[in-house]
Amino acid sequence: MTSTPGAAPSAASGAAYDAIVVGGGHNGLTHAAYLAKAGLRTVVLEKNDLVGGAAITEELLPGFSFTTFSYALSLLRPEIIHELDLVRHGFLPLMMPSSFHPTGDGGHLLFGDDHAQNLQEIRRHSPRDADAYERYHHDLDRVCQAVRPLFDNPPPDLWGDAPQDAVDVRWLLEHLGGLDRSTVHDVVRLLTGSAADWIEDYFTHPAVAGYHASSSVIGSKVGPMSPGSGLVLLFHKLGEHDGHLGSWAFHKGGNGGFTQVLARAATAHGAELRLGADVTDLITRDGRAVGVALADGTELHAPVVVSALDPRRTFLELCDPRELPLDLVDNVRRMKFRGVSAKVNFALDDLPTFPGLPGTRDHFGGFLNIGPTIEYVERAFDASKYGWYSDEPYIDAAVQSVVDPDMAPPGKHVMSCFVQYAPYELRTSSWDAECERFGDRAQAVLESHFPGFGDLVLHREVVTPVDIESRTGLSEGNIFAGEFLAPQMYFFRPAPGWSQYATPLDGYYQCGSGTHPGGCVIGSPGRLAAQRVLRDRAGR
Amino acid sequence: MRTTPFHPRLSELNDQGLYTHWQGTLSALRYSHAPKHEYFAVRNGVGVFDTSPLSKYAVRGPDADRLLAGALVRDVRACRDGAAAYTLWCDDRGGVMQDGVLLRRSADDFLLTAARPALGWFADLATGLDVELEDVTDAFAMLAVQGPRSRTVLRELTPVVDGLAWAQHAAARIAGAEVTLSRTGYTGDLGYELVVPAAAALDVLDAVLAAGRPHSIRPFGEEALMTLRIEAGLPLVDVEWHDSRLAPSDADRVTPSELGFGWMLAGVRDGSRRFVGSEAIRRELTEGTSRWATTGIVVDWADWDRLHRDAGLLPPKSEHPLPYESMLRSVDGEDEVGYCTSFVYSPVLQRHVGIARVRPDLAARGTELRLELTVSHRTTTVRVATTRMPFFDPERKKS
Repeated sequence: MTSTPGAAPSAASGAAYDAIVVGGGHNGLTHAAYLAKAGLRTVVLEKNDLVGGAAITEELLPGFSFTTFSYALSLLRPEIIHELDLVRHGFLPLMMPSSFHPTGDGGHLLFGDDHAQNLQEIRRHSPRDADAYERYHHDLDRVCQAVRPLFDNPPPDLWGDAPQDAVDVRWLLEHLGGLDRSTVHDVVRLLTGSAADWIEDYFTHPAVAGYHASSSVIGSKVGPMSPGSGLVLLFHKLGEHDGHLGSWAFHKGGNGGFTQVLARAATAHGAELRLGADVTDLITRDGRAVGVALADGTELHAPVVVSALDPRRTFLELCDPRELPLDLVDNVRRMKFRGVSAKVNFALDDLPTFPGLPGTRDHFGGFLNIGPTIEYVERAFDASKYGWYSDEPYIDAAVQSVVDPDMAPPGKHVMSCFVQYAPYELRTSSWDAECERFGDRAQAVLESHFPGFGDLVLHREVVTPVDIESRTGLSEGNIFAGEFLAPQMYFFRPAPGWSQYATPLDGYYQCGSGTHPGGCVIGSPGRLAAQRVLRDRAGR
Repeated sequence: MRTTPFHPRLSELNDQGLYTHWQGTLSALRYSHAPKHEYFAVRNGVGVFDTSPLSKYAVRGPDADRLLAGALVRDVRACRDGAAAYTLWCDDRGGVMQDGVLLRRSADDFLLTAARPALGWFADLATGLDVELEDVTDAFAMLAVQGPRSRTVLRELTPVVDGLAWAQHAAARIAGAEVTLSRTGYTGDLGYELVVPAAAALDVLDAVLAAGRPHSIRPFGEEALMTLRIEAGLPLVDVEWHDSRLAPSDADRVTPSELGFGWMLAGVRDGSRRFVGSEAIRRELTEGTSRWATTGIVVDWADWDRLHRDAGLLPPKSEHPLPYESMLRSVDGEDEVGYCTSFVYSPVLQRHVGIARVRPDLAARGTELRLELTVSHRTTTVRVATTRMPFFDPERKKS
């Protein structure tokens, strides 16, 4: 932290801003667009030469576009699309209505838009599980509907003494009180229990259960049998593209295409974007934020500084922890960031072949879920507990060029593979040494489901948690900027008492995925934080 | 059941078995378990649609031009050789009967498509003229190749595609067959239609599919087509209007102007151009008696979401169009001021949009109205605003 006693807020650089946003990831851009729309002179400072943070698209091989990190849209809140007029700036989510799950024995489950066909697909494997499928979705949808208002509003401050805090707490209690008891029970079961326990109440067939557990471990150091995986599962079902809960889309041009849309929207609303602007310090005066200092020595001043970085960087690196309450510092220090996710991205000479479905491509029109059973994924998790990567990893893959042909040259393809588990810290080696061996493990799994896969590989990119951290700044490569664990969600995200986007330093705010509601390309932290900043300004 | 010449191949690509009977011919509703793939193929790649069931009439001879000029709403004489013109025809009350696309091959050689049989109507009008009318519906198959990559795919098969401007057609040779290639379609996107001799249909289709394979080409069915055509603001017979000659009452009749095709009516007001119905239309125009104006409506997303969330429902955003005819009310909810004829959630616009008919004084762009709908079995209204059509009109369509 740098102190500039006595300096006028905008004197040092000559550039006067109303707000400085640190970090040009999707939340920083969303936040800046809202502030600029409200008339604030806003600048986004991005350390890399490309905005997007972890949501970027890169052409690593001529004609092949890779979604290096984040690779799909699911949870983006519909309000943001309209309020920021994103369609005008090129927003185009290509829906991924199908989902493909090899069962590990040469068989498969393939789901699409037609509910009745999906039921038959389940029944083909397990007659008993077919009607459970309907009950499962009914119950889960009910839980999603119950939780959604919490998702779309800032968490009440249980410890606040402002009149509004009492109103917020009453709202929450009334909302919870309005839910029927089985819904409340299901909410608690999901928030505290394991995905396996929840899913196995419905499904008996190992592959059917495995399919439904697929999103319960994404980005988190949990296995499907770990308590807490239910919460991860629930979070991933809260998306509602085109009115369907849990639906997924792939943005035209990848998530980099999406953040370019956000950048255009932010700019059109009047925000300024500065690339290669590496913010090192928050500048404070008399306990309030007045600007930032860049690595090159430049200082920029504004009465509002908003960090879109993760909580560790927001509270322990940008500012001096000695200026913060001890309990906040303690909470942020103990916050779990244990990244376990890697990406292995491929350029392919042709579509892979699944022997059970020769000559068709519909199964490549959505996600490929390579984790046949709950046990398979749990075993993949086991290694990470002891500081090592999975021998047979779980893979969430998408051949994005099938959905968006512009991602690869005609006839060629790009395949994005999200691979777990790859713990940030390896106990007996380093990622420098293990990176390609881990890529080989992932490729071997793909080879086992798609024989001949290796012959199609034109290029392979392995992105480890260490790479995620070094390139995007996400601590320990945690893709959610703080794990999805009950003690790190809602009132407690990022720390008890600081879940409403303000910080103990006046004028210093937080809007990244480490704030409520959390990670994924969702935009809510950026949007809700903007509401907070604007409300505080109006109340001055 | 009749099938089209493309059916043997397209049915192999169809794992759904869902068909409608379009003009008494099997027409696929969708080909795969996810019609969204088919929709996005057209908006972001390339898709093919079998339009063979359309009626097709060859009109030839010294008086062909005269027959069509006197029968069609669009000014045929303004169409040059090589033009492809969307047009309507009316009865003598000025009510729209049908629509179709007219390809003018030369001064005395035309091909006209129609959604319904219409040979008798034109034959009656041809009485005493030196013109030959032939129903060539079964002689030709028609394949729409639509989407931003359609030109790239067809370029592999014929160089003709590169010189072809929007709403033009030309002869081309594909897979050894003489075909007519027109830059037309019903999707509002860059796209082409191929008129193919029935015997060569499979060879041409196979060539198109092979050329399209590196571009992930896929056939699309009527479900995807409905979303596409509504986004394009294109009307559909028996949905947006009913054949005037078959309409049970005046309330079910619309004039070209009321249907949103006032732009076709050059020369009607001053009487310099005459065709069946033109005199009634001239009176409508000069006396200002149009009952309706056709407009697009766009739903207020926040109001839509609120109405459903308040009822404990997830706001439905289905890209499957509703078979819609809901009343439009004035913004205070008091007066019925029109009705919606087609309604769909548009994935590219992320909005519900509709084709509607409103009182002419309310058609100005941006007029606020309310659309009736039911939510949880209760009638309510949602805020909408009138807007220009097409809703989606990419530059590539004409560039």
